[in-house]
Amino acid sequence: MIDLICITCPRGCHLKVDEENGYEVTGNSCPRGKEYGYNEVTNPKRVVTSTVKTDSEDYPRCPVKTNGAIPKEKMFEAMALLEDVVLKTPVHHGDIIIKNLFDTGIDFVATKDVL
Amino acid sequence: MMYDLIVVGGGPAGLAAALAANEKGLSKILIIERDSQLGGILNQCIHNGFGLHYFKEELTGPEYAGRFIEMLEGTGIEAMTDTMVLDVTQDKKVHCINPEKGYQVLEAKSIVLAMGCRERTRGAISIPGTRPAGVLTAGAAQRFVNIEGHMVGKKVVILGSGDIGLIMARRMTLEGAKVLACVEVMPYSGGLQRNIVQCLNDFDIPLFLSHTIIDIRGKERVEGVTIAEVGPDRRPIKGTEIDFDCDTVLLSVGLIPENELTRNAGIDIDPKTNGVVVWENMETSVPGIFASGNVVHVHDLVDYVTGESQKAGRAAAEYVKQGVRSREHAISVKEGKDVGFIVPLKIHREAMDAEIFFRVRRIFETSAITVKDGDKVLAHLKRAHMAPGEMERVRLSRALLDAIDGDEITVYAEEVEA
Repeated sequence: MIDLICITCPRGCHLKVDEENGYEVTGNSCPRGKEYGYNEVTNPKRVVTSTVKTDSEDYPRCPVKTNGAIPKEKMFEAMALLEDVVLKTPVHHGDIIIKNLFDTGIDFVATKDVL
Repeated sequence: MMYDLIVVGGGPAGLAAALAANEKGLSKILIIERDSQLGGILNQCIHNGFGLHYFKEELTGPEYAGRFIEMLEGTGIEAMTDTMVLDVTQDKKVHCINPEKGYQVLEAKSIVLAMGCRERTRGAISIPGTRPAGVLTAGAAQRFVNIEGHMVGKKVVILGSGDIGLIMARRMTLEGAKVLACVEVMPYSGGLQRNIVQCLNDFDIPLFLSHTIIDIRGKERVEGVTIAEVGPDRRPIKGTEIDFDCDTVLLSVGLIPENELTRNAGIDIDPKTNGVVVWENMETSVPGIFASGNVVHVHDLVDYVTGESQKAGRAAAEYVKQGVRSREHAISVKEGKDVGFIVPLKIHREAMDAEIFFRVRRIFETSAITVKDGDKVLAHLKRAHMAPGEMERVRLSRALLDAIDGDEITVYAEEVEA
């Protein structure tokens, strides 16, 4: 039995995952907790948020996020990809910054308008 | 020009209050913001986790703020940025200053105070040691890194395990710094469990509970700190010292409502919490002046700030259109044992409903919240777990308010049989 704290939302449910019993999840309050518990034990993933450079004088950084969770062990690799990016303004939230990270189908997208 | 409503502060509280007042029919609304953009502190909170309650999806801080800023379009709500409010008076004049128009005195029929809060600093907690560069609050570091694009250090010790400190532990690590330790004086973390997991555990950053920094070393720049375990009296225990070589100390040691304007206006402030004293509709001691968000009490989630601020905005609209609510036969809200930080402290007898927010003073396992009018139980709610870090909420319906005979109700927290 593996004890976890669900990080899907601020509620922080205390989950138990039974690795000998098909990774059955208990202690969750919603279906997303069940999914988190299963994934956390079999293939942990995280959303990565950071910033990239822009050509704006007033707003030199634009915040970005992965628009889905990527494998946890790829977090630092994903961060490194952002180092050389310089965005040409205007940028709109939702604009794709880096497409299809590690063939996961997940992109880095802007989370703010920089006009 | 007479405004229907002036909102002081363009963060999540101010935005929600202005929009709600507009929905309830106020048209001449002005938001005054001291930063160059609307959105407040959310602009630097680039991590995700916002909006799960309000939007039913997980957003980053800038996205959450962006949704409300977009909603302003077409409403006619004005926003004045780069503008500092210097004074608010009881006759609802707002003195402010900006580089374009200089000093102005603006008039309004109602005001919402939404200034938010600021961080406690090293001075507030008196850490011994030298005074080198490299000691800064976690929020200041967050602004440097996320908005201005400057790294603030390479080897970091974080004091305090509040959410901002935890978030910055991850942020600094992802940006290439080494976070050596997160040090918390209490025996439990002040932050959300999920942040302990995804900000500390994910990166093997040790959390030292019941520890504090007892010395900061360095002449020009921080060179190291000493931490020590503390006893139940929170005093350091000799022989438990651990040294860390670091160049940066980030402080995440609490937030203080930013109430200078409120105090100068002679509006009542709760001496225990330093928050504005409010009624159930977020009205302050001065009729027509309302307050919401972290200026009243520090919230765990921005979603709750939004809800509370909409209440303030709607109440401002009601005040402008229908006049003041009667303050006769008001119901006072008192704290029972182990309950602190109650909002609101007063309820209008004519209120349609009232939401009571509070924090418990210690950790509770299987327990219950009870609201009593004398000996009469108005509400009894079971809880599996309560902690000082998590705000509790009880809603009293119109029917329950009608059932109150006295002029005082009390909120209790106590252990119960499972």
